[in-house]
Amino acid sequence: MRLAFKIATQFLKNNKGQTILILLGITIGISVQIFIGSLIDGLQLSLVDKTIGSSSHITISPSGKENYFEDKDDVVSLIRSDERFTQVSTSLDAAGFLLYEEETYSLLTRGFNFDDANGIYKFDERIVNGRLPSGESEVALGIGLVEELGLEIGDNLDFIIPELALEKVELVGVFDLRIASLNKSWMITELSTAQNLFQRDKEISSIETQIKEVFDADLIAEELESTLDSFLKIDNWKAQNEELLSGLTGQSASSYMIQVFVLLAVLLGISSVLAISVVQKSRQLGILKAMGIKNKTASQIFLFQGLILGIIGGILGTGLGIGLTYVFSVFVTNPDGTPLVPFYLDYGFVAFSVAIAIIAAMIAAFIPARKSSKLNPIEVIRNG
Amino acid sequence: MANVLELRKINKIYGEKIKTQVLFDVDLGFEESSFNSIIGASGSGKSTLMNIMGTLDKPTSGDVLIDGKSTKDMSANQLSAFRNETIGFIFQFHYLLPEFSVLDNILIPYEIKHGKVNQEAIKRANDLIEIVGLTKVRKNKATDISGGQQQRAAIARALINSPRIILGDEPTGNLDSETTESVYDMLKQINNEFKSTFIVITHDKRIAERADRIIEIKDGKINMDIRS
Repeated sequence: MRLAFKIATQFLKNNKGQTILILLGITIGISVQIFIGSLIDGLQLSLVDKTIGSSSHITISPSGKENYFEDKDDVVSLIRSDERFTQVSTSLDAAGFLLYEEETYSLLTRGFNFDDANGIYKFDERIVNGRLPSGESEVALGIGLVEELGLEIGDNLDFIIPELALEKVELVGVFDLRIASLNKSWMITELSTAQNLFQRDKEISSIETQIKEVFDADLIAEELESTLDSFLKIDNWKAQNEELLSGLTGQSASSYMIQVFVLLAVLLGISSVLAISVVQKSRQLGILKAMGIKNKTASQIFLFQGLILGIIGGILGTGLGIGLTYVFSVFVTNPDGTPLVPFYLDYGFVAFSVAIAIIAAMIAAFIPARKSSKLNPIEVIRNG
Repeated sequence: MANVLELRKINKIYGEKIKTQVLFDVDLGFEESSFNSIIGASGSGKSTLMNIMGTLDKPTSGDVLIDGKSTKDMSANQLSAFRNETIGFIFQFHYLLPEFSVLDNILIPYEIKHGKVNQEAIKRANDLIEIVGLTKVRKNKATDISGGQQQRAAIARALINSPRIILGDEPTGNLDSETTESVYDMLKQINNEFKSTFIVITHDKRIAERADRIIEIKDGKINMDIRS
């Protein structure tokens, strides 16, 4: 083993040009693999984050015609104690009308406990003017409606509760959820305010949650469904975003295909250069065999060459791949300066790529190793 | 004296369809510590004979006995180990590994045998380097020394495992006559000192005459066998 390793390193050191060529091949191959893999992963994560980062992953609401329920079984506490969930928020949603200069504007009133709801909707970051509602009868409206009507912070507004009454609310904040339709049609307020306005004491219309492993949403939802009362229905984001999911799957598949072919090219490259090197070194192998080196040791020389090349190429390739991914995230940006694809590294994937590099190099070395093992010293000695 | 190497009824036929017989029923025995030379025209079969003696090539029929042990049924691995421990080779074209230094080249058979090199081995290698007169260039790459020096290095390498038998196939074939003389002087000296058995192919009559025994091969048969 030691001798085989020593000879392998000497062979590599002596054929510097060839060694650099193979290393370059492995380095570029692995860096492309890491770059493409990380790029697609980053892209998918940012897509998923944009789609569901600020919305509910699993939503529990009453089934059938019922819109409201009282959380008598304390589902909220149950979910809070479950480690798979990261956020839980209750809300009361109801429709009403804003009466302004003799016109009515339909608004979905959403009452939240903002301490909980900020975890999902990040309202605190989305307030562009004023503040979040906190006291009785305080509300916030979307920037779209506020600009359209020319409202100002501190305005007292007339709000019609269907079939109930006309109530006064105070505008204390303006939010921008970056979705035009919501900016025109939502009114957010404290849960207690919403419950008072609509006379729904202690009632809520949904429990919204976020989970750690977003792609397990369907499984967790299913599990939850079996433990909860039958009058509650459970929605998950995957069921509502099937097109996005099939898009992501297609993207992953094409990314894997690219990676496989890059790998194949690397494998063939290493294999052919090492095969040439067996021919080049046949004289040396012949004399080593005449001196009594075993066939196994003779093949180990080339397996070690593959191993050494794989490890060095894998490390260099990882460096270059991470560098490329980083440079791409810094220099390829949206008009507003944010990265087009955010920098993302999955260490598991990087480790996997390095392992693949080493295994590929070993496999590539296998054919030359066999050739070296079969080489007959007499051929070399007879032919000088 | 006992025979350290014995050939029994060696036949060698090359080719599958068109068969060419190179060796015909060769019977030969070599005494321990003797210095033998084999001469013959090119194509006479002497190199084939040497390769069979060195277990590098297998005879079509017949047996090679080394130290009384038959090599006929040995596996490739057994033969490798056997060759490493009992036979030292000196070839016409030196065959040093160009990637290694003179010292490392000389140590390779030792490393093949023991798996690693210790201080004792390095000391022995240095002693051999001194005997063959390469102390000044021992750290040089094998390609950075002259042809004569390479041949001396190959001789030192053949001796590192103290083999019973040393086989030389025209070891001075491509050296000038002066260097040839000094290399043979050295081989004789080693033969006297280490008591190894030498079997050397040469086409140089003057060199052959200095051996204890001259064997001439002609057309695959022993034509002449003279002991001095």
